[in-house]
Amino acid sequence: MSAVIENHHDDHHHGPAKGLTRWLYTTNHKDIGTLYLWFSFAMFLIGGAMAMIIRAELFQPGMQIVEPEFYNQMITLHGLIMIFGGVMPAFVGLANWLVPMMIGAPDMALPRMNNLSFWILPFAFFILLSSLFMEGGAPNFGWTFYAPLSTTYAPPSVTFFIFSVHIMGASSIMGAINVIVTIMNMRAPGMDLMKMPLFVWSWLITAYLLIAVMPVLAGAVTMMLMDIHFGTSFFNAAGGGDPVLFQHIFWFFGHPEVYIMILPAFGIVSHIIETFSRKQLFGYSSMVWAMLSIAILSFVVWAHHMFTVGMPLAAELFFMWATMLIAVPTGVKVFNWIATMFRGSITFETPMLFACAFVVLFTLGGFSGLMLAITPADFQYHDTYFVVAHFHYVLVPGAIFSIMAAVYYWIPKWSGNMYDERLGKLHFWLSFIGVNVTFFPQHFIGLAGMPRRYPDYALQFADWNMVSTVGAFLFGISQVFFLFIVIKTVMGGKKATDQVWEGARGLEWTVASPAPYHTFGTPPKVD
Amino acid sequence: MLSNYTNKLTGFLLTLSLFTNPAKADWFALNMTEGATAISEEVFNLHMLIFWICVAIGVVVFSVMFYSMFAHTKKKNPVAATFHESTKVEIAWTVIPFLILIAMAVPASKTLTKMYDDTAGDVNIQVTGFQWKWQYRYLEDGVSFFSNLSTDMDEIYNLVPKGENYLQEVDEAVVIPVGKKVRFLITANDVIHSWWVPAFAIKQDAIPGFVNTAWTKVDKVGTYRGKCTELCGKNHGFMPIVVKVVEQDEYDLWVSDKKEAAFKLAELTEKEWTTAELVERGESVYATNCVACHQVNGQGITGIFPALAGSDIVLNDKPRNIEILMEGVQGAAMNSFDYLSEVELASVITYTRQSWGNAEKGDGEIVSPKDIVDYKKPKI
Amino acid sequence: MNNKGKTSVKFLGMTVIAMFFFSFALVPLYNVFCEVTGINGKVFQSENSQEYTAEVGRDVAVQFISSNNERMPWVFKPSNEVMGVVTGKYYNATFYVKNTTNKTMTAQAVPSIAPSNAAAHLKKLECFCFEQQELAPGEEALLPVKFLISNELPNQIKNVILSYTIFDITDYNQENLAHLEMHTEKN
Repeated sequence: MSAVIENHHDDHHHGPAKGLTRWLYTTNHKDIGTLYLWFSFAMFLIGGAMAMIIRAELFQPGMQIVEPEFYNQMITLHGLIMIFGGVMPAFVGLANWLVPMMIGAPDMALPRMNNLSFWILPFAFFILLSSLFMEGGAPNFGWTFYAPLSTTYAPPSVTFFIFSVHIMGASSIMGAINVIVTIMNMRAPGMDLMKMPLFVWSWLITAYLLIAVMPVLAGAVTMMLMDIHFGTSFFNAAGGGDPVLFQHIFWFFGHPEVYIMILPAFGIVSHIIETFSRKQLFGYSSMVWAMLSIAILSFVVWAHHMFTVGMPLAAELFFMWATMLIAVPTGVKVFNWIATMFRGSITFETPMLFACAFVVLFTLGGFSGLMLAITPADFQYHDTYFVVAHFHYVLVPGAIFSIMAAVYYWIPKWSGNMYDERLGKLHFWLSFIGVNVTFFPQHFIGLAGMPRRYPDYALQFADWNMVSTVGAFLFGISQVFFLFIVIKTVMGGKKATDQVWEGARGLEWTVASPAPYHTFGTPPKVD
Repeated sequence: MLSNYTNKLTGFLLTLSLFTNPAKADWFALNMTEGATAISEEVFNLHMLIFWICVAIGVVVFSVMFYSMFAHTKKKNPVAATFHESTKVEIAWTVIPFLILIAMAVPASKTLTKMYDDTAGDVNIQVTGFQWKWQYRYLEDGVSFFSNLSTDMDEIYNLVPKGENYLQEVDEAVVIPVGKKVRFLITANDVIHSWWVPAFAIKQDAIPGFVNTAWTKVDKVGTYRGKCTELCGKNHGFMPIVVKVVEQDEYDLWVSDKKEAAFKLAELTEKEWTTAELVERGESVYATNCVACHQVNGQGITGIFPALAGSDIVLNDKPRNIEILMEGVQGAAMNSFDYLSEVELASVITYTRQSWGNAEKGDGEIVSPKDIVDYKKPKI
Repeated sequence: MNNKGKTSVKFLGMTVIAMFFFSFALVPLYNVFCEVTGINGKVFQSENSQEYTAEVGRDVAVQFISSNNERMPWVFKPSNEVMGVVTGKYYNATFYVKNTTNKTMTAQAVPSIAPSNAAAHLKKLECFCFEQQELAPGEEALLPVKFLISNELPNQIKNVILSYTIFDITDYNQENLAHLEMHTEKN
């Protein structure tokens, strides 16, 4: 399919509207994808700035820059913004851009709902961030908002927090419904389920997870709201409730949520490794089965976040074993990626560098995850910096590296321009070094005994905290550099070919670069 | 507010210049403690076992990967192989990890079962988490006390150099006998806290309304330090735990001393107190309980914590003054301090009524321990 | 959009609503789960008083603990700290309580059992924790609990701790009343 035909075809349709209304009223999946990606970038920088405040305070022992109350607000907002504002919208943005193009569909199935699900997001975060200026300050109870700290003892802004979480949830649910309906109904003829690109598969599974657990989160915050304002006592022991129940409900949402943030990354990395190894992905069907089993297992492991709440022995054993099982499908994925590279014909452009770093560092995060699954050892690790190191290893060089890899990989298709390879590589190495200098020492700090969410610490943790802070600032500055690279690429640069990468396969590489406003008005034929 | 920041800034610069950490070579604080009990050692060994298994898997997996990255580049291998599945290999790398996991799960389950020993202890201690301190109550002996952070605020705000046990020291440590089974019954008074002593491998959440248990049998005499590990509000990072493990006879002596002290305290409330005595005692009570919010100069923090210096209640309203300390202020940060002893309450109120020029401006009345006892009596 | 698409949107929408209500269903499910397994040492009222009285088992020490939740000024303590009991028999114990303030207050006691796997074997026929306690200023009371430890108590458990935490729910009740009044006024 050539670009000429595509463009010609376009003439019969409306092109993008001009000015601001293009973005406000758009129902085009590419426009909405772009909006999501820029929004998540903005949130990533805001959440990152908060991380810088946290690390600056922890540069050395003693209180220097902020007060403990404000510190708690920072850790809470940093977590919420990075999860709900950074990682999740970025993946939804990628899904918007890529899923229709990968399955040969003209657009998402529910374009108006697509517009709505994006445009309520800025309001959610405006509400959340404005709580910083309210009396009593922003939410200060951690992103896990355990009752009763988040109910009876919460600042008044908790009501706004609840409202904001409801909006984020509604946005995610609408996005997920859209993805599922698109994938189930709009695939090009011949595109069977087991022929779908892995990114599409990973998003299909993710979307089902979202449908299953976001309403549970909504339920949890609704119960909080009722406890705070309507005199119920779901989580209040005095009225027959139970604060531990909150944790069960929260983590019933929370653990699948963790996989919501990593499954699309699995899809992205699979494509990139395949492309730059110039070799077909090893074990496609086992990749799909591995993702499905990870998704199913995610519903029966939630209480491993709660090993210290005082559960009976039988429950602790069950959740330990179930959690350890997750290592099997995850291992299969890592082995498949390496087998794909094996005897390939590899080049290391920026997306591939990020993908390789993903494989290594995500696996490191997996190892510490396995250690955390061992209940007796978890009594020592739980709520220390070891946990902080663990989940940052799976989320930063995991989820976020995969998003950056995706941006470098697909930006030629989006903008029509190649990014500057030298700058991309420089950005990679700065980020790679920054991430490891930040988070590797946190394993030591945690094992040595420093709990998380501490604004100040004992002297034996000082040296590695200082190193960690230096790494954090390096990582933070590199992302401003990333912003520069992205803007530079969008503004201009070497023109990209339609296929862009030598080894690239898939329908999105058959359309012109930049991808025309409307693609696949007539479905392509898939063999 | 501004002067507060200037203070902090000078403090910051001061520590920068003083920045040489005393005592500890903390570059080597890299690993989990082996601890001081049989269980903690077992946990440590389990941790190391799994760590080394992970290292071994990592070495194998990553060497294959790095080998590919090195040997199978486009330059060295211009044409890629075409294989993309192998049922045998895929079965192997599903089954082998599964077997390794079983090898990990067996010792882990054994250790866990040991930790869940339900029998009673020789000594049973009720541990209650408060915002932001711990209360310990010895069930057999009736000894009961609070344990507060004893690190000076000036150290925290970098105005003076930090001591060796910065943020890991308390005004009164828990004392337990060596070689005896000690059971902790852990609960909380307000929000969820978590009681962690790494050397005993005990970490147990303290949940309001519910009692969790944990036990230990410590082999080595010594001082062990721990921390609160569940976010519990503003001063989550400032409620450490110190456990002193002593020989049995020393423990017995400590218990009898504590009992005697409690008896003496009861007597104290009966005696006639002078203003000077109360003020002297009150100053230290103030430093432990009040200074964080109301500040050393009694000025509080504008808009958040009300000033005591010149406050109308502190100057002229003795009954309300007592009531606030006993009941707290609904909807404000001021908690009830009714867990303090009568003497402590009386002296700290007297201290605030006599300091910062309050005595001259107001009625200057003192509050005696008896006033507190009277307050606690029912009024009909 | 075709019909197939509409069907999937409907189905997914229903799933979302179902999952939302499922989160509320977790509350009773959790209570049933607690009752069966004794998680968290929760104790529930047992109806049957006859079943256990005939058998006589082994000696167990029951230790009573009391705590006051935040801002609860009442005096609250067990009449006896420790009680020797035989499994399979009913016993009566009391807690002393006194409202030391000058206003009428309402309290709710919350029970908890340690070790947690003993909870399923502790049966309560009567307990002051089943209802709210209201005391006038200065009023004192002895609150009764009638309990039995069943013969199925695991053998290694020789000591059971029965803890009560007393919560001040005076304001809480007033708040609820206020809400109720508000609603009735509207109607």
